[in-house]
Amino acid sequence: MTLLQSRTERASRVAAARDHASPEERRRRTRIRVTLGILGLLCVLAVAAYLTYDVRGSWDYAMDLRSRQVGSLVVVGAAVGASSLVFQTIAGSRILTPSVMGFDALYLLVQTVIVFFFGSATFLMMGVAERFLVNAAALVVFGMLLFRWLFGRNSRNLLVLVLVGIVIGSLFNSLTSLASRVLSPNDFLTLQDVMFATFNTVDGDLLWIVGAVCVVGLLALVPLLRYLDVVDLGYDSAVALGVPYHRVVTLTLAVVTLLVAVSTALVGPMLFLGLIVANLARQVVPSHRHTDLVLGSILVGILSTVAGQFVVGHLLDNGTTLSVVVNLVGGIYFILLLMRTVRL
Amino acid sequence: MITVRDVTHRYDKQVVLDEVGLSLPVGQLTSIVGANGAGKSTLLSVISRLIKPERGSVFIDDLDVLNAGDDAISQRLAVLRQDNRITARLSVVDLVRFGRFPYSKGRLTPEDHVIVDEALDYLDLQPLRDRYLDQLSGGQRQRAYIAMILAQDTDYILLDEPLNNLDMKHSSSMMTLLRRAADDLGKTIVLVLHDINFASCFSDHIVAMRDGKVVVQGPPADIMQRETLRQVFDMDIHVQDLHGMRLGIFWTTGAPVGPGPLGQETPDLEDTSLTVG
Repeated sequence: MTLLQSRTERASRVAAARDHASPEERRRRTRIRVTLGILGLLCVLAVAAYLTYDVRGSWDYAMDLRSRQVGSLVVVGAAVGASSLVFQTIAGSRILTPSVMGFDALYLLVQTVIVFFFGSATFLMMGVAERFLVNAAALVVFGMLLFRWLFGRNSRNLLVLVLVGIVIGSLFNSLTSLASRVLSPNDFLTLQDVMFATFNTVDGDLLWIVGAVCVVGLLALVPLLRYLDVVDLGYDSAVALGVPYHRVVTLTLAVVTLLVAVSTALVGPMLFLGLIVANLARQVVPSHRHTDLVLGSILVGILSTVAGQFVVGHLLDNGTTLSVVVNLVGGIYFILLLMRTVRL
Repeated sequence: MITVRDVTHRYDKQVVLDEVGLSLPVGQLTSIVGANGAGKSTLLSVISRLIKPERGSVFIDDLDVLNAGDDAISQRLAVLRQDNRITARLSVVDLVRFGRFPYSKGRLTPEDHVIVDEALDYLDLQPLRDRYLDQLSGGQRQRAYIAMILAQDTDYILLDEPLNNLDMKHSSSMMTLLRRAADDLGKTIVLVLHDINFASCFSDHIVAMRDGKVVVQGPPADIMQRETLRQVFDMDIHVQDLHGMRLGIFWTTGAPVGPGPLGQETPDLEDTSLTVG
């Protein structure tokens, strides 16, 4: 058996090779498709349940409010799911997500700085759209700077990166609490409001804009997915296989920053959501292809935000908030992941 | 032919490659040997453009490696290093399919699938085809990576310490396999090796490095000399000739006999202790 057969000889085998997948491989493909199908179905069910559960009084009013809420949940779930998953791939680690690397702390810092320098009056007077634009722009700019700086270091040592992320996070947090200590009580109250993610009051127009940006971001990811499959093999293999590594990583980071920035600016920080969603997706979807993985992560993201908010809002009667639940569950999960990785 | 010209590279202030000039012959198996920190792996990384050197140029035939496009190089030269990240849920056949990435960018044509199939056959990997990589032993995984490299179908193959973590049996079958790839398929293969005896017995050409410089290069018979090895490794290595294979006895300094006259074997020893079978 020689590897380099003549072209003609090879051509005759080409026809036979149409059936290149083994039965085992086909079984696996079917399983992935079925899993994705079930996830999609569950998402639809969750959305339907959220919209129609226990409607009292005016249907019009309930539909208007609830569809805005569910819209924001879907947008945030999809954006966080997709961005966290591809971020893990380019970071080469399952425990790094944009939030863990200090992105949420950055959001809080930006809020505090705005209130600190311009006062809550300006903050409140800015319309939702303006405030969103300022937030999103600041997050995109600083997020790009932060990630470029992190990835620009030659050190690809995982623990160092986690440590840097935590240090940056707590630096931002201390700056935030320093600034909030010197605020007037009024300003502080205003600030408290935006410090926690909330899905209850989302502006309709804003939702359309964010939704559109997210769709554009997700579409921009599509041509990168095939390259990300190879990037997952590591720098050396990816470069050896002809992947323009730095271009792919930079483009992916840009899209990730955009997605995280708009979703955080829309509802506020959800620290561990991305971590849970992306890892869950990797567990549920047994594939190495990013087309499957990103789709799975988007669906898991939508499912967990919608179903989570359904439980918190409808069943627990808003006794707590989704972000508190996500942080509790996600925090425990993060510690478990860290312990497992360190033991390796 | 791979031509390296005046390549200098340093990490921080430490010079790891010091004006290295080299040309490696086509269709042969070349081994790069030297102590730790001699610059072997860095040289390999520079040739395969994983590292951009401070100065100097690298040519593959007439292709300028440091300035050419990603596709042009990855269709001409394949490289395998040791620190491979193992992705979850990646099966052997999926890995080998990545070897076709330079050509099809992830959308494999029927012809690509045939080549993948041939690479699997060549390395006897068909029975393991659907296993996930993290279910394989070290030797099997190494074979899977080699299959990916072969599926890349390049004239030049560069391997950084391919025997790392392999036991004796797998080491020797890996070297036999690479030798076969050079002979049957006409590949030009460049290896970084630590074991001088594998280098001596399997390669056509040996490049010996020390402190970022090429000390000496040539056919194994020229390199496997007590005085030459002393220059390269700073060790007194006794060299024996066993049916034409030149073996360096490096496990103990000066080895089985006391320090005899340099570069000259003691014939009586060869007769008594080594011509057993």
